[in-house]
Amino acid sequence: MMSSPLLFLLVILYLGTLFFVAFWAEKKKSNFWVNNPYVYSLSLAVYCSAWTYYGSIGVASNQGLEYLAVYIGPVIIIPAWIYINSKIIRISRVNKISSIADFISLRYGNRRFLGALVAGVCILAVIPYIGLQIKAISETFHLMTGSENSDNILLDNATYVVLIIAIFSAYYGTKYVDASEKRLGIISAVAFESFLKLVFFLALGVFVTYGVFNGFDDIYEQASKLPDFKQKNTLNGLEGGFNWFLMSLLSMSAIFLLPRQFHTTIVENRTEKHLKTAIWLFPLYLLLLNLFVFPIAWGGKILFLGENVNPEFYSILIPQKFGNTLIAAMVFFGGLSACISMIIISSISLSVMLSNNIIIPYGWLNSLKSETENSNNRTIVNIRKASIFSLIILGFMYMRYLISSSTLFSVGLIAFVLIAQLAPSFFGAVFWRRGSFAGAVTGIIAGILISYAYLIVPNYFEFGYQNSAFFNFFKLDYLSPVANVFFWSLLINGGLFMIISSCVAENYRARNFAELYVDINDYIQHHENAYIWKGTANISDIRRILARFLGEKKTKQALKIFNLKYNISDENDSADARFIKFSENLLSGRIGTASAKILIDGVTKEDKITLPEVLRILEESKDNISMNKQLTEHSHQLRKMSEKLQDANETLLIKDRQKDDFLDSVAHELRTPITAIRATSELLMDDEDMPTEIKKDFLENIISESDRLAEIINDILYLDKLEAGTTPLNLEHGNIVNSYHKALKPLLQLFEQKHLHHSEVNLLQEETFVYDEMKMIQVFQNILGNALKFAGDQGMIQVKFQEKDGRLKVSIFNTGKTIPDEDLEFIFEKFYQSKHQNLRKPVGSGLGLAICKRILNAHGGDIAAVNKEIGVTFELTLPNRNEII
Amino acid sequence: MKKILIADDEHKIIMTLEYAFRKAGYEVYIARDGAEVLEIIKTEIPDIILLDIMMPNVDGYTTLSEIRKDKSYENIKVVFLSAKTGEADIKKGLERGADAYVTKPYSIKKLTEKVEKLLK
Repeated sequence: MMSSPLLFLLVILYLGTLFFVAFWAEKKKSNFWVNNPYVYSLSLAVYCSAWTYYGSIGVASNQGLEYLAVYIGPVIIIPAWIYINSKIIRISRVNKISSIADFISLRYGNRRFLGALVAGVCILAVIPYIGLQIKAISETFHLMTGSENSDNILLDNATYVVLIIAIFSAYYGTKYVDASEKRLGIISAVAFESFLKLVFFLALGVFVTYGVFNGFDDIYEQASKLPDFKQKNTLNGLEGGFNWFLMSLLSMSAIFLLPRQFHTTIVENRTEKHLKTAIWLFPLYLLLLNLFVFPIAWGGKILFLGENVNPEFYSILIPQKFGNTLIAAMVFFGGLSACISMIIISSISLSVMLSNNIIIPYGWLNSLKSETENSNNRTIVNIRKASIFSLIILGFMYMRYLISSSTLFSVGLIAFVLIAQLAPSFFGAVFWRRGSFAGAVTGIIAGILISYAYLIVPNYFEFGYQNSAFFNFFKLDYLSPVANVFFWSLLINGGLFMIISSCVAENYRARNFAELYVDINDYIQHHENAYIWKGTANISDIRRILARFLGEKKTKQALKIFNLKYNISDENDSADARFIKFSENLLSGRIGTASAKILIDGVTKEDKITLPEVLRILEESKDNISMNKQLTEHSHQLRKMSEKLQDANETLLIKDRQKDDFLDSVAHELRTPITAIRATSELLMDDEDMPTEIKKDFLENIISESDRLAEIINDILYLDKLEAGTTPLNLEHGNIVNSYHKALKPLLQLFEQKHLHHSEVNLLQEETFVYDEMKMIQVFQNILGNALKFAGDQGMIQVKFQEKDGRLKVSIFNTGKTIPDEDLEFIFEKFYQSKHQNLRKPVGSGLGLAICKRILNAHGGDIAAVNKEIGVTFELTLPNRNEII
Repeated sequence: MKKILIADDEHKIIMTLEYAFRKAGYEVYIARDGAEVLEIIKTEIPDIILLDIMMPNVDGYTTLSEIRKDKSYENIKVVFLSAKTGEADIKKGLERGADAYVTKPYSIKKLTEKVEKLLK
């Protein structure tokens, strides 16, 4: 046992930690919290409330395997999340949907009544559920401290714990006016709690299974001797199977429809990618959480045989019985975590519905219309704060005065049945175009009435009608009361929904949204285009309304974005359908979709549209969208082509410039020998006294310079021929290594003079290839000549022959200067001169490498230069064409 | 005796210039590139330099800029001798502070006259 003040203090400390996590995550907005699929997945575990934490143990010991159905349903449907929830997330994103009430009501024509109805169903279902959490907190608090439940609520510590939670939720749940904004702080705190509750529960499980007992087998063996063991741990044939099936269906719908699940899964989803993590992590979480339910439940039964204790609290009673306060406290805090998360998220989502679907559209809209942005924001936030606070207090009252005698499990199941009444209109919204407002409303009301008459009222009050023949007429004996009511209410609800929807023609607005919901993937890009609206409206009027809620600055910004998106001039003042939808979206998060529509309707004049017209426009817009897609694709292609053209143009310009450079340097090369020849001739002619020795030298100079001239001219002509393909290759079998040696031989003396070291690496198995030997010798000499020039004294040149992928590869490496990187790919260009060479002496005429490349290309090979740490390697490749000749 | 420094990397061109200017009574110095020019003028200040533009290591433009930076060289006349004949090249050469720009191929006789005129 712990003293009451101490535990209270610990609770305060624990809540402080939560405050801190929420505050910290909100403030830092670090990527860890913001974009973390694990945080998202863990926040979904808000599904596991006190009902899971304590309730399932109670069910496992009282009813046996039934508790599993609550988890099996979700686990079965989770793989389909990728499909279903992606769709719902997309719909919600483009329509700025912030609650399940908005989600359903928008689809059926965005009428405020349906939104209010859904919100009402949620509130009716969830307030007792919140009460149930508070009951768990209160009871475990008393259990931990050994104190008695006080009749005076002011003297009950649990009251104050609830108050603190209410304040915390009201504060953090309303940080943003826009309800579709992500609540980073709260979600981080919930994820943190989910983690804690799992760890604490596992700790308890290990303690009971291995600390108190000797493992699973031991518990099983002892438990199987209990008289009711067998009966509780079988499915009870077809009847039991039927119950199971219905319970699984019930929980399957709950995982979509519970407001807290809709909120964490859809509204708080940041990216669809996170679903991929959730679909394995969440089932794993459920599995781990259920791992020890059975041992704890039956362990408790063995330990407390014959004693009058509530099995729901075995998890605290067992460690207490063995004097382990630490484990008991951990369990208490795990339970507290489960309760708090559920209370916070449920109350936030309910408050959004209460404000956006009931209070604002039915009461506050007119006053909001005439106020300023700041005061409106304040009003909206205050409404939500008050809603959260009062919802939690209501839950507390409910627990104090109505459910004190019920088990956690039954209250939870009843909430499930009520929430399940939304299933036909919810799933119909996503998958069935014909679903209509009338069908949805009738179905939901009928389902709720049945649930109340047959399940909820009998659960709390004793009236005469429960024993009447009419009441019992529908009762299927083999179904549990909950399964029975679930079956009938859903059958009638769904039936009415389908029959009425099929018979009554829907209005155009609902039909419009039906298309948008069911085919969201077609519209996701241009959803505003798919909104149908005809009438007259001025942008300036709508702008004034927007400014009342968003403020001048944000409104201006939003309009700018809109105009940019659709390429509309800023001066344009007539609003079209896209603008109407865009504006409604801007308001939706703050005041709900219905109120947004009402506000916008107030300043616009809408023309009536017939259903066939809607269908025609939709068809057109679909065509438009697909045309748009094509246009986008085409423009994309065009852009690519124009980029290519530009590239080509630039290359041409460069080539042109290179050509100029080349001609320039060729001219230079020609002018140099001509200068020498001219000057020498001049001197020879004018100077009759020139000594014979010098005269001889000068005449020799004239001859050698003339040769040089001829060589340059030959090079140019040769290159030209190679390019034109007029010099056919003389292809023959030859030994490439021998050919290399023929090229090397005349240069060897020069190598020695410069003290260059030459080495060879031969990795060839077969040295015979097919090539034009004369031309290849020319290539080798050219490369070797280059290497000789650049290698500098004491350098080295190495040649390597190898075969790679069926091609001959000859690498000639020389030490010395590397080639500037920007020149590497151009040095083989015919008209290329390195930019530095324009000032410094060009090495050769700049034709040698171009000639080499043409020769190798003519062979079907190639040449490339690669810079190495201490020099350059020229890599020559030739195809192995042994087999061709 | 007037001192002339000839800077060119073409051996055969140097031979002719050296012969012609010796004959005309100049004291001739030879440089193979810009670096050698800058080295030589540290000890022997010539009256005139015939400077090629495209040379290994240090090109003619850079050499001239270096010369023009130093006050003690302000009396040296510089003539560019270049196979670069574009208008832009000539303009660039003169802007750098050359006293004349002679394009290759040139007449030795005319070149000698030009040099003498510059040194008067």
